[in-house]
This record gives sequence, C-alpha cells and structure tokens, in this order.
Amino acid sequence: MNPFSSGTRLRDMIRAIRACKTAAEERAVVRKECAAIRSSINENDHDYRHRNIAKLMFIHMLGYPTHFGQMECLKLIASAEFPEKRIGYLGLMLLLDERQEVLMLVTNSLKQDLNHANQYIVGLALCALGNICSAEMARDLAPEVERLLQFRDPNTRKKAALCAIRIIKKVPDLAENFINPAAALLKEKHHGVLITGVQLCTDLCKVSAEALEYCRKKCTGGLVRTLKDVANSPYAPEYDIAGITDPFLHIRLLRLLRVLGQGDADVSDLMNDILAQVATKTETNKNAGNAILYECVETIMSIEDNGGLRVLAINILGRFLSNRDNNIRYVALNMLMKAITVDTQAVQRHRATIVECVKDSDASIRKRALELVYLLVNESNVKPLTKELIEYLERSDQEFKGDLTAKICSIIAKFSPEKIWYIDQMLKVLSEAGNFVKDEVWHALIVVISNASDLHGYTVRALYRAFQTSAEQETLVRVAVWCIGEYGDLLVKNVGVLDIEDPITVTESDAVDVVEVAIKHHTSDLTTKAMSLIALLKLSSRFPSSSERIQDIIIQNRGSLVLELQQRSIEFNSVIEKHHNIRSALVERMPVLDEATFIGRRAGSTPATVSTSNGPSLNLPNGVTKPPAAPLVDLLDLSSDDAPAPSSSGADFLQDLLGVDLSPASKQPGISGTNQAPRTGTDVLLDLLSIETPPASPITDILSSSQVYKSPHASLEGLSSPSALSTRAATPAGAAPMMDLLDGFVPNSPISEDNGPVYPSIVAFESSSLRIMFNFSKARGNPQTTSIQATFTNLSPNVYTDFIFQAAVPKFLQLHLDPASSNTLPAGGNGSITQNLRVINSQHGKKSLVMRMRIAYKSNDEDILEEGQVSNFPRGL
Amino acid sequence: MRIELGHRSFVCHAHALDFARNLFASCIVQRLELNWKTKLCLFSSIEIHLIPSCSLLNFPLIIGRMIRFILLQNRQGKTRLAKYYVPLEDSEKHKVEYEVHRLVVNRDPKFTNFVEFRTHKVIYRRYAGLFFSLCVDITDNELAYLECIHLFVEILDHFFSNVCELDLVFNFHKVYLILDEFILAGELQETSKKAIIERMGELEKLE
Repeated sequence: MNPFSSGTRLRDMIRAIRACKTAAEERAVVRKECAAIRSSINENDHDYRHRNIAKLMFIHMLGYPTHFGQMECLKLIASAEFPEKRIGYLGLMLLLDERQEVLMLVTNSLKQDLNHANQYIVGLALCALGNICSAEMARDLAPEVERLLQFRDPNTRKKAALCAIRIIKKVPDLAENFINPAAALLKEKHHGVLITGVQLCTDLCKVSAEALEYCRKKCTGGLVRTLKDVANSPYAPEYDIAGITDPFLHIRLLRLLRVLGQGDADVSDLMNDILAQVATKTETNKNAGNAILYECVETIMSIEDNGGLRVLAINILGRFLSNRDNNIRYVALNMLMKAITVDTQAVQRHRATIVECVKDSDASIRKRALELVYLLVNESNVKPLTKELIEYLERSDQEFKGDLTAKICSIIAKFSPEKIWYIDQMLKVLSEAGNFVKDEVWHALIVVISNASDLHGYTVRALYRAFQTSAEQETLVRVAVWCIGEYGDLLVKNVGVLDIEDPITVTESDAVDVVEVAIKHHTSDLTTKAMSLIALLKLSSRFPSSSERIQDIIIQNRGSLVLELQQRSIEFNSVIEKHHNIRSALVERMPVLDEATFIGRRAGSTPATVSTSNGPSLNLPNGVTKPPAAPLVDLLDLSSDDAPAPSSSGADFLQDLLGVDLSPASKQPGISGTNQAPRTGTDVLLDLLSIETPPASPITDILSSSQVYKSPHASLEGLSSPSALSTRAATPAGAAPMMDLLDGFVPNSPISEDNGPVYPSIVAFESSSLRIMFNFSKARGNPQTTSIQATFTNLSPNVYTDFIFQAAVPKFLQLHLDPASSNTLPAGGNGSITQNLRVINSQHGKKSLVMRMRIAYKSNDEDILEEGQVSNFPRGL
Repeated sequence: MRIELGHRSFVCHAHALDFARNLFASCIVQRLELNWKTKLCLFSSIEIHLIPSCSLLNFPLIIGRMIRFILLQNRQGKTRLAKYYVPLEDSEKHKVEYEVHRLVVNRDPKFTNFVEFRTHKVIYRRYAGLFFSLCVDITDNELAYLECIHLFVEILDHFFSNVCELDLVFNFHKVYLILDEFILAGELQETSKKAIIERMGELEKLE
C-alpha cells in the first residue's frame, strides 16, 4: 500500500520532471500528470488517491496550480488508515490555507481525529490544526486541545500546547481556558513539553492580563529555578549544542521571564540573580552561547531597573560590537538601539565603532548602524559625525546612497548649529548625492539661503564652484540656478566675501553659461528647465550686457514641446523685448521666504490637509498661523504700471515660484470681492511668472468670490506634473486686462469656469452596454472628503432592472454609498440613475483615489455582472 | 458588526452579515473559489471598512513573534521545501520565494546571515548548494534561529544519513513530516535530535 516504495509512479514522475531539459518540457510533463490525476479524481479512484495527492504536492511546490486536488485531501483525511490520513493532512497544509472555505468541511474530521485512540493520528490532527487553524476552528476545537494538554503522551502534550498558542492568537478570548493547564506544563521535566509550555505561557501573558497576573504570582519562582537547573545542568548529550544544554530552552525561559518582569519590580527582583549568572557564566565561543547572552541582555534591558545588571548588559553588547563575527556585530547594533533609551552615555562610548559599521560592506550591518548613528547624534557631536558620514557618502554603494542621504539631511536639518554650517553641509550632500535628495529638502535649503542675507554672496559662489564639478546632480543644479537667478550680481561683483573663501572671478557670461548648461542639458527635467527660464529672465535685468544672449536662449525654448516652457519662453521674450519699464521691478530679488512655514512643515509629519480660511486668521497648510498682513515686501511693485496689488499675492507668487504648496487660499478672502481690478493685474503677472500656479488659479476667485476653496496640494505636485501645468495654462480667463503684455497670446474665448467643478468629470466605466460618469465635488474645509455623483447610462436597447452598483476601495480610503435614485435603468440612454458616493481619503495629497466596482443588473431576464477598476481619478482628490 | 474571514475582518451592517453568510454557504456548496477582492465587492452593499493592514506578511490578528515561513531552495532558486505559517495566496508565495532567493543567493559568505525582507527579517544559512531560510519578526532572536536551522539540518543529515539535495527531492513528504515534528504553528516544538529521529522511526513503522 505504500505509495512511495520504489517503482511507484511518484518517483517516476519526479524523475520525469527532473529529466526535462527545458521549462516547456517540464510544463508538458506536468500537464500530462495533472490530466491523469484529474481523470483519476473524476473516477473516484480510492487506491490511487494518496498517490495523486502526493504528486500534486510536488507539482504545487514547482509552482503549478493544484486547487482541483483540495477535495481529495478532505477525502483522504476522512479515511481510516494512518498512511492515507498522513498524506491527506500534509496535502491539507500545503495545498490549502486557513482562508479557503473548504476548510469548514474539515473541522468535523479534525474533531474526530483529535479524539482518536491512536496517538499518532491525534498528532497528525494537532499538527494540521496548529498550521491552518482559523478563528472558527479555534472556537470549535479549543475544548479538545485543552483536554489534550493533559494527555499522557508527551508528544501529544507539546503539540497541543503549540496548537493552543495558535488558538489564542486567533481568538484571544479563549485564553482564560488555557491558563491552568499551561501553568501545569511549566513543571514538566520533558524538554519538548517544557519548551512548548513556556511558549504557551509567554503568549498567554501577552493576550491576557489575568494570565500575566497568575504567572507572576504562581510561576516566577518555579521558572527561575528551572532556568537555574538548565544553566547549571551537567553535560546532557541529547540536548547539547556546543557545550550548552538546550540553548533554545534557555532562550524561551528568558523570554518568559522578560514578559513577567516588565513593569513589575518585585518579580524583576526575583530574577536578578539568575540573570546575572547567565550573563556572566555563559560560554561565548559559539553561536549558541551568544544567542543566550543576546536574549539575556534583552531581558535585562526590559525588566525593571537594576543598575548593576544594566552595566553588565551594556558591557556584553560592547564585547559583541568588537566581535569579529558579523552576525554578532549585527545583533549588537540591533540591541544597542534599545539600550540607547536606557543609557545613552554608555552607547555613546561605542560611537566610533558604530560609525565604522556604517561603512561595512554588508548591507544588513550598514542599515542597522545607520539607524543607530541617527539616534546617537546630538548637538555636541553633530559636526564630526556629519563630516564622517558625508565623507563616506562619496564611497558608498549606489543603493545605499538613498538611505544615507535621507539620514544625513535629516541630521543636518535637526541639529545644525549655524546657518553657514547648514549651507556648507547641504552643498556637500547635494554635490555628492544630489539625485537622491528629496524635494522638501532642497526646498528647505532655498528657504534657509533666502533667510541668510549675509551669506547670499558666499552661497552663490559656493554653488557656482560646486556646479563646475557636479553638474550631473539634478537638485544641486536647481538650487544653483535659483541662486544665480536671484543673486547673480553678487556672484559677479564678489560681494560679501568671507575670510574663509578663496577668491574667484566670475564674469556675467560665466554665470549665464551655468544656466544655459542647465536648461540645455538632456537630463534636466521640466522643473529644472522652468527654473532656469526664470533665472534667465532675472539675469536679463541684472546683466544688461548679456541681455541679448539671454534672449536668444529664451527664444530657443519657443519651440519646446512642453506647453509650459513654450508659453513661458514667449512671455519672457516679450517682457524682455517690450516692457523695459516694468522689467527691473518685475525681476527684483525675492523677499525673504517665511522660515516658520517650512519649519512647521518639517515638524508636522502629517501631510498638509485643511487650508481653507474663512476667518481673518489665515491657516497655512501646515497649520502655522500666518499674520493676516503678510510681512512681505511686494515683489511686483506695480505702482509704476498698474494699481497696487495686495501684498499677499506676492507671497503666493513666491511660493509658487518655489513650488511650495502654499495655497491661494492663504489670501485674504475679502479682497477678491472689493479689489477686483488690482487683483486681476497681479494674478496675470502671477500667472506670467510663476512656474506653476495650482490648477484652480486665483482667477476663479475673481469670477466668483465665493469660490475660495482651492486644492492646497496641487502646486507641489504640479511642479513635476506637466498635466497640472497645462490645466493651469488653460485658465487664462482673467488675462484680458493685461492682454497687451501677453502680446495677443490669449485664447479668443475665455473659458467660463464660474462655479464649475474644480475637478473634471470622468468616465469611470464604459462597456458596450453601460456607461458610468463620475462628477466630483469637495466640501469646503474638508479636502479629504470627495463627494462623487455617479451617473449610470444604459447604452443598450433593453431596459435594465434590479440594477445594483457596488464599489470597494483600499484601506486608506473610506467609502459611503448613498441609495441609488432608482434600480431600473431605461433603455437607450433615455434617462439615467444617479447615486452619490462619499470617499474619505486618509492619505489625501499622498495617494490618489482608486476604486473597484461591480455592477449587477438584469437585462432580458438575464443576470449580468460587470466589473471594473477606476484609476483615472483626477489628481489631488 | 464585524465579519471575520480567514485572517481578515470587515465591519458592516447587520443585514450585510446575513447576506455574507448566505453567500459563503452557497460558495461552499458550489465549491466556488472567491478571492478576497471579490468578497470585498460583495460586501460593499452598505459600507465597508477593511480593518487589518494589507501587508501580506503581517498577521494582523496574530500577535507575538513566530516563524512566518521556512524555505529550502537550491542555488538555482528551485524550491525544495516551503512551509508557510501565515496564509498567503499562491501567487504571493511564488513572489516571496523568488524575492528571498534573490536576496540570499548573492550574499558574500562573510556577511551576516540576516537580511531584512519587507517588514520582516530572513535568517538564512547555506549548506553546499542549498539555502535554508527562515522568515521571522524583526525583533526576534536571530542567533537562536541560526542555531535552529543548523539543528534541523543535523536532523535531516541523521535521518537520511548524509543528506543530499536528491534525498530531499524524492522524499519531500518525509522532509515535511520531520519539519512538522520540529516546528509547529511557527514555534519550536522539540529540541532533541534523538527524540525526533525516534519519533520518525515510530511513524515509519505505521506506513
């Protein structure tokens, strides 16, 4: 009867598969086998059932689908013989898992087998239960497992203990039933039972406060004694590993003691002696001993304070750290992260070693060490540590640079003692790994530069130098281009030279060269190019002698395929050509950017959310309140050319220029109604100069002063997304008053956007018979929530009845469906059903909406089911 | 109201629960296979709120440390043994096997035996052309699992007397049997080589 004795077909099948030379051959063999197994299953062949399942398990392991064998497993389990049951249970564990509904059918067989007279069959059933137990099975079979915990055979007891762990993990409410039998297991002498009993108690204590209390009172002493016995036990060949008796038991015991001692000083006191003994006496030549020490250190760190023990533990970690075995060093780094909360000073002593670990060739060690270094940095050691890390940045692997750069930038931002140091370090990072620097980091750098007025000259010269050597680092180029645009004159005239600088001579054309290289470089993306264009415009006024050359460069972009660049280049060209009177005022240096805003941004890790302002106080996206009177110098001093603009617009412009997402909502809402004319002018200039304004441009404000709400996130995203730019470019409705400036570059028909939806409607689903349109709207003051009106249109000649629309969304979204307007959909598009949906996006601004949907209806008395996924939601919802 | 489906649970209104029960009953009768996404769609009649995290290796309703899976692969990436203690879709299993193999196969022998894998950690050890990999919690005792792998290999070696890859291929079901005596429900069950070998002897007699 043995299906596996030689000459049977399982062996032959494996041989045949192994003999295959190509994947195609293998597939052919497997297909043939599967066909044979299927037909055998269909014939309900009893004799070959277990052989079939055994083959299927092998086929499954190779990665082929085997679901058709699932019911056969259940039949095998139901048979009386041990070999058949064995294969049945094995198949059950391999081919199925706890989520399959078929499992419900197996509960009864399991129950019978758990009560079987043959202890080996009980063992099989316990094993299966432990591996695939679902919550429902846990409830049904808990009493059997509880009874088996007291079974005479130790093999059954230990299996039952582990099943109990699985059961209480699935259904924590059942924990109390297991407390007493589990505590009884702790008195066992049999190592297998003892170790499983200890594990069961550990897990019980985690899920149940009652169990924790019970174990603390009744078991602590016993456990300490057991650990002492195991630690002092003479050589026991059966359990010996590298001269230590059963290190696994040691570790499990230490772990349970940790759970008991945590938060209870008396219990912690009881275990002090044995912990000290384990920590000092354990052999450290071999891995097994170190594993025990490692666990012991963790226990010492976790239980209630005992100074002496902690010194001992940190010393052990210090020894680990200087070990030559990489594994040991790795765990030391891991544990030092915990130790840092206990004793920072002690960990600081190992700083040099830890920094060396950041440079290890093994990525696992590097990653741990970097995390640890990050925790070690403080005001006093930030300079040497950063220096060391930046030096290593030059040599590190490409794949590690991302992590390393992020951490260095974070350290610099958090602990920088002075601005010049901050700027210096950031420039170093940008020139080493600028391509790994995140947007918010270089945005913040620009803000800092703009605030350090005495360092403008120094910074722009340093950037100029850095650009000569590291022009391939995108973010460095952006910052350099921005600074040269703003402070180009300081660069050429050598203003504000610090003592530490080397003298440098830069001509006007050298400065323009930099920007030209940036705009023409093939790897430059839209952001860089757009920033370069603005820099050129600014330089055209700063360097009158290079004006013509600059104009040439700008004109070259007139043919750009990117709408944004094309339009800007034409606009800028006309500014240079025809509007000398306003140009110098237009391109004046930007006022100081609001640093508090950015600090707030960095501090608040939550994404910017609400930005509507209804009252006089203006809420910026980060929640920092900005004084209503924006303390900004008016950038676009229009008095010479036009009526004065509200100063707050300048702020918006600046932010937009930088790509920072201060929303237009930060404007004073009152202005739009009363000051229409000046606003218009500003907005057009704003439109003219900004790289990007949010898709809902302020112009809409003018058209309807009630429409204050704007998407606060669009701008940042828009910076890198041409689609948002083109949306913006398509809303020049308010440009009419300044048409001459744009030299007729205004579409003939201004788009009427008054009160219209901020987001375009989409066709969410379309098949030959059905179309679903989504209209979006957002409530004021709640950007996370999107109301969707779904409109269903019947495209077929038949009436649909019993129409049901269902939708599902991923977990970061919440979905509410209102009832539909009807469940009958008239034929041929003569009418529609509408249904309102409300989606709350908890990751608003980070992730956009996605939705799966399913539509069921009856057409001609036929049930029809259609499914689809909507991923074309407008950005920023 | 909260519905539990395998390891996922849903919150929905009371009558949706009835609906779900009926649905599942009919699925079982018809032996229909539904993936969880379909289930999700079916449940959306009123309101859905998916509670647990979608990370497949996270075991939202299971707390505490445990072994998530054990893999035995050769250098070419062929799986010789795969035991999962957390429920994963087949396609996800193949992805995990592929990723783990990619992670471990090119590591320098001098490197640590630990690699971070998604939100977990893989402890691996190489024996000739075979990689034994254990996926455990990020905070678990790595050194102990390293020892654990070695003990398992010793047991296999003893059982097959000088084990080689071919033994494991042709007797894969026995390897699973040994593993089930060694580790159960993601926890260590027996630490004595002798006890396991004896137990295997008893089980073989029953065949």
